[in-house]
Amino acid sequence: MPTLTTASSPAPGLTPAPASAIARRVAIQRVAMRGIVKRFPGVLANAGVDFDVNAGEVHALLGENGAGKSTLMRQLYGLYPPDAGEILIDGQPHTFHSPADAIRAGIGMIHQHFMLVPTLTVAENVALGLRSSREPQMDLKVVAARLNTLAEAYGLKVDPGAYIWQLAVGEQQRVEILKALYRGASLIILDEPTAVLTPQEVDGLFATLRRMAGEGHALIFISHKLHEVLAISQRVTVLRDGHVVGERAAGSVGRQELAQLMVGREVKALPAQAVQTGGVRLALEGVRAQGDRGTEGLRGVSLAIHAGEVLGLAGVSGNGQRELAECLAGLRRVSAGRVLLGGRDVTHASPRERLLAGQAYIPEERMRDGAIKNFSVLENLFLHDHAAPNYARWGVLNTNAMRARAAALVQRFNVKTPGLETPLKNLSGGNIQKLILARELSRQPRVLIAAQPTRGVDIGATEYIHQQLLAQRAAGTAILLISEDLDEILALSDRIAVIYEGAIMAVLPRGQATPAALGLLMAGVHGHEAG
Amino acid sequence: MAELFTLPVLLGIAFSGIRLATPYLYAALGETFAQRSGVLNLGVDGIMLMGAFSAFFVALNTGSLWLGLAAAAVVGLLMGLLMALVSITFKAEQGISGIGLYMFGLGLSSLLFRTTVGTVKTISGFQPVKLPLLGDLPILGDIFFRHSLLVYGAFLAVPLAWFILERTTWGLKIRAVGQQPAAADSLGVNVTAVRYACTGLGGVLAGIAGASLSIALTNLFQENLTSGQGFIAVALVYFGGWRPLGVLGGALLFSFVNAFQLWMQVLVPEMEADIAVMLPYLLTIAALAVAVNRTRQPAALAKPFERGEA
Ligand SMILES: Nc1ncnc2c1ncn2[C@@H]1O[C@H](COP(=O)(O)OP(=O)(O)OP(=O)(O)O)[C@@H](O)[C@H]1O
Ligand SMILES: [Mg+2]
Repeated sequence: MPTLTTASSPAPGLTPAPASAIARRVAIQRVAMRGIVKRFPGVLANAGVDFDVNAGEVHALLGENGAGKSTLMRQLYGLYPPDAGEILIDGQPHTFHSPADAIRAGIGMIHQHFMLVPTLTVAENVALGLRSSREPQMDLKVVAARLNTLAEAYGLKVDPGAYIWQLAVGEQQRVEILKALYRGASLIILDEPTAVLTPQEVDGLFATLRRMAGEGHALIFISHKLHEVLAISQRVTVLRDGHVVGERAAGSVGRQELAQLMVGREVKALPAQAVQTGGVRLALEGVRAQGDRGTEGLRGVSLAIHAGEVLGLAGVSGNGQRELAECLAGLRRVSAGRVLLGGRDVTHASPRERLLAGQAYIPEERMRDGAIKNFSVLENLFLHDHAAPNYARWGVLNTNAMRARAAALVQRFNVKTPGLETPLKNLSGGNIQKLILARELSRQPRVLIAAQPTRGVDIGATEYIHQQLLAQRAAGTAILLISEDLDEILALSDRIAVIYEGAIMAVLPRGQATPAALGLLMAGVHGHEAG
Repeated sequence: MAELFTLPVLLGIAFSGIRLATPYLYAALGETFAQRSGVLNLGVDGIMLMGAFSAFFVALNTGSLWLGLAAAAVVGLLMGLLMALVSITFKAEQGISGIGLYMFGLGLSSLLFRTTVGTVKTISGFQPVKLPLLGDLPILGDIFFRHSLLVYGAFLAVPLAWFILERTTWGLKIRAVGQQPAAADSLGVNVTAVRYACTGLGGVLAGIAGASLSIALTNLFQENLTSGQGFIAVALVYFGGWRPLGVLGGALLFSFVNAFQLWMQVLVPEMEADIAVMLPYLLTIAALAVAVNRTRQPAALAKPFERGEA
């Protein structure tokens, strides 16, 4: 076991500092936010929130999509000033004008949407904004060496020379955590860090977090998954509509109570009902494709999905799920093999041709591939159908008809938005996802590709999205559900395929798919080898 | 036509090609910094004109070329900061504000020229400096090592710009800010300051580019002296894939075509001069259509930064 770095030690890569300077930043003992108020146009995001966290503790922040969790944390990180209220660090009031101030005070934040520069390497992303030991030259070797030490100490393995765009989401997240540790942060905010991780990766993250808390770091943990919150935190605070509705000790509260606090009503589990499956709607025959890292991302994938069936695709992040989804959406070139949609060869068809053939796509990167963040809610709902005869005549849009339908969709799918004209970027993550779902499902697709449909979505909305997927299945849609959330796969799928290094390990009927069996397959171990 | 391919003529073309690359290099390297930080400054030509005039005017009246050069740099800096103010602080549409800056520079330099100098005059500009030893090399010496200091400076600026962008902590900030400003901001990098600095530097270099025309290459000033070279410089940044070495390649290509067409005008007088003059511009269009690799374009180019947008 390598020696662990303590929270207060400085980051090398900064100019070598005398001992007195090292002592300058004392580890934070307690941070308190008092009466925080934050307004956005049409929304009161935080309505007088009190929140605190102590060294050595994991304090979880729970709340539905749009409850104001990210907003609260962004104020603590200096991204926006509060409209009212104050931030106390060890009893002293602090005003942060920018993240630079917060970083200086010892605060680090892992953002819900990663803050990484894809065209730079891991080491460059970490070094960004720091003084180098050889100013003005960069000292990436020093950074890489220190990074490797930190990575080893905290179990955050990553290649310092790799470009961010080459990394899987789980690896990108490790870079985010390393960025904060490298700066010697003693309070670290993690905004939905597990939303993008596999169960195994979550275990790894939790081990890291426990180690950090054990060393005296103060941690704020945001997640929609109640079992995670209960597993990692000591205290839980629940936000609803910008208000704190409760604070509980994690040891003395159950999932059901937390869920009710969050949603304000009871949350039910899914009833699973049998559906008659039909013929093959979507077939893949030996599909191969290039991956992002220059290696082969898909190595001969064959699958068949029937009408009225949910085929779950399980696997550890970065084993070809994204490549597969992009091939099916027409966003990535298939280098060999065939894709048949309703019996028609669409291997090289454009996204629009697939759309017209009745395929809907819910992308993993919803902000990149699924929506236009500067367009309004209304416009985003009509990205596909703008040319349909009901909404456009001779190329001129019929805005009244569009508004009426958009309003209906927003209501039916429970999208929380101040209005139809609100730019999409102002919606919370879960509401953006509901909006995409509303657009895709309302087209009554014959085939649905859903990639990570509930990632980052609160339990109320997850329940709703799951219901909608099952309703589609009952309506005879063939659904490919790509998810790294095993619970989700097990709850929804009729058959479960496991992908490992770009190839399908096995396809199991739901009855035979236990978490243990799937876990082994996901790790690349065949059933008979495990014996 | 045959007289075009004699040794002295070819040497002449090569020598002029190197020489004429100077304004392109300064201006395009400056624009590279601005664009790598996310600011599209289309007003380079206007800044060049103001730089050319300031350098000429100051040199004419003080007799000092260096003072002239400094004046061009200062005027370039001020115009660069004006562009920064409008496009970064006031978040104006950058394509439009750049064109505005161009019109402003074109109009003001013409007006000042007419009211203060009046007629076209020539001055004695920066003289060629034969480098010791290197300048005596056969052929190579004639082509590369008998230029004025501003020409050497332009070529030295290429590796310097590369070094700053790729090897220093400032360059890292510039690249991050042009690609993913929110990420840089979240690490405490001052996005606005980096963009101001790069746009200002771009202005300084555009001013010097103008000065290189008026007090080193042509040694005169006239209205619209640059005749669009600043726009070609912007195109060169795209052509060069936002990299100093690529910019160098592009600048040489264009200056050689330019040198070629100048010699053609002299040696093939029966050819329509206008056709020869069109050559570099036609080449711009063709080269841009074929060579530009958009994947290298800074992702945040021409996009104002607003904190808090995911
Ligand atoms: N920059 C902004 N401009 C306008 N409104 C905003 C902005 N950021 C957030 N909001 C609004 O403030 C409210 C709170 O959003 P916030 O992102 O804090 O929610 P959250 O609890 O983090 O939700 P999620 O679980 O979906 O991430 C939402 O209604 C959101 O639409
Ligand atoms: Mg959030």
